[in-house]
Amino acid sequence: MARPGRNLAAGLLLGLGLVAFVDEVVFHQILHWHHFYDRATPEVGLVSDGLFHAFSWFATVAGLVLVSSLRRDRAFWSRRFWAGLLTGAGFFQLYDGLVQHKVLGLHQIRYAVDLVPYDLTWNVVAAILLVIGLVLIVTTQRTARGAAAGA
Amino acid sequence: MLFLIGVAVATAPLAGPLADRAATDFRFHMVGHVLSGMAAPLLIVSAAPVTLALRALPAEWARTLTRLLRSRPFVVLTHPVVAATLSVGGLYVLYRTGLYEASMQQPLLHLVVHAHVLLAGLLVTFSLVGPDPAPHRAGLAVRAAVLVLAVAAHNVLAKLVYADPPAGVAADQAMTAAQVMYYAGAPIEIALFVLLGREWLARDGRERSRGCGHPAQTAALDEPVGDRQ
Repeated sequence: MARPGRNLAAGLLLGLGLVAFVDEVVFHQILHWHHFYDRATPEVGLVSDGLFHAFSWFATVAGLVLVSSLRRDRAFWSRRFWAGLLTGAGFFQLYDGLVQHKVLGLHQIRYAVDLVPYDLTWNVVAAILLVIGLVLIVTTQRTARGAAAGA
Repeated sequence: MLFLIGVAVATAPLAGPLADRAATDFRFHMVGHVLSGMAAPLLIVSAAPVTLALRALPAEWARTLTRLLRSRPFVVLTHPVVAATLSVGGLYVLYRTGLYEASMQQPLLHLVVHAHVLLAGLLVTFSLVGPDPAPHRAGLAVRAAVLVLAVAAHNVLAKLVYADPPAGVAADQAMTAAQVMYYAGAPIEIALFVLLGREWLARDGRERSRGCGHPAQTAALDEPVGDRQ
C-alpha cells in the first residue's frame, strides 16, 4: 500500500513547518534582518502572522507524526513525500513573500536597503520550489494511479 | 515527581527572589507568567493528578471526586474552547486594561490574578493533553484547532504588549517581556503539540493493527477463514 494521500500530506505540512522555521531561525535570529515587530504593522497582519506561526508548529509536529506512522506501516514513499514538501515550502514562502510582506505589510525582508533584489530572490526561489513540487505531484500521481490499476 | 516540580514552578513567581523582582520589573513578571500559566500546568497535568488522587483517597472521597469530575460545571470548564478563552482571554484583560497596574498596587488582587493564571493554565492543559480519564474529552481535531488558535492569540498579544505596553510599564521592559512571552512560551506550546501527536499516533496504530483503518482490510478480516481459500 503506497498511501499517496498521507505521504503528500506529511510533505505539505513539513514543508510549511520548514519554511516557518528557516524564517524564524535564519532571518529573525541569525541575520536579524526581519524585525520582531516593526510598528508599521496593521492588526490584520499581526493576526495573520500569529496564526501562521502557531499553525507552523502544528504543521511541523503533525508532519513528523505522519512520517512516523508511514514508516511504522512501511508505507513511506519518498518521491511523493518530497513532492508535498517542495509544494508546501514553495507555496508558503510565496504566501509569506507576497501576501504577508507586501499586501499585509507585516515586516520587510530587510531594512534600510533596496528591497527589490531581496523580494525578487525570495519569491523566485519560492516559485521554483513550488513548480518542482507540483511536477513531482503530477508524476507520482500517475505512478499511484498505475499501481492502483495494476493491483 | 513531575507534580512536585510543577508545584515548585507554580509557586516560584509568588515567593522568593523572582517574586521580589517581578514586583518592580515587568520582565520578571512575564517570566513568572510563563512559569505559572504554562510550564507548571504542563508538569502538574502530566503527572496525572486525578488518577493519583483517585487511587490514594479513601473510597468515599474518591466517589465524591468522581461525581465532581462528572458535574456539569467541571465538564463545561474543561471544554477546550472555554478553558482556552479563560486562559488567553484572561491575559488580554490583564495586559490590555488597567488590571495589570491595579494588581501591582493591591496585593489581594495580585494573588487573585496569579491564581487565575495558574488555574486557567491547568484547565486548558488538562482539556488538551491531560492523561487523566475524562469522559467528556473533546475530539483530537477540536483540541488541535483550539491549541493553534490559542497559540496564535498568545503570539498576537505578545506583539501588542511589545508595541503598546500595559499602563505603568516602561517601553523597554515591555519589549523584552513580550519576547520572553513569545519565545519562552514556544517550547511549551511545541510540547503540547507533540503530546497531541503522540496520542494520534497511538490511536492510529491501534486502528491499523485492528484493521479498522482500511475498509478493504476490515472486510477481509471479517470473512470466515474457511471461505477465503
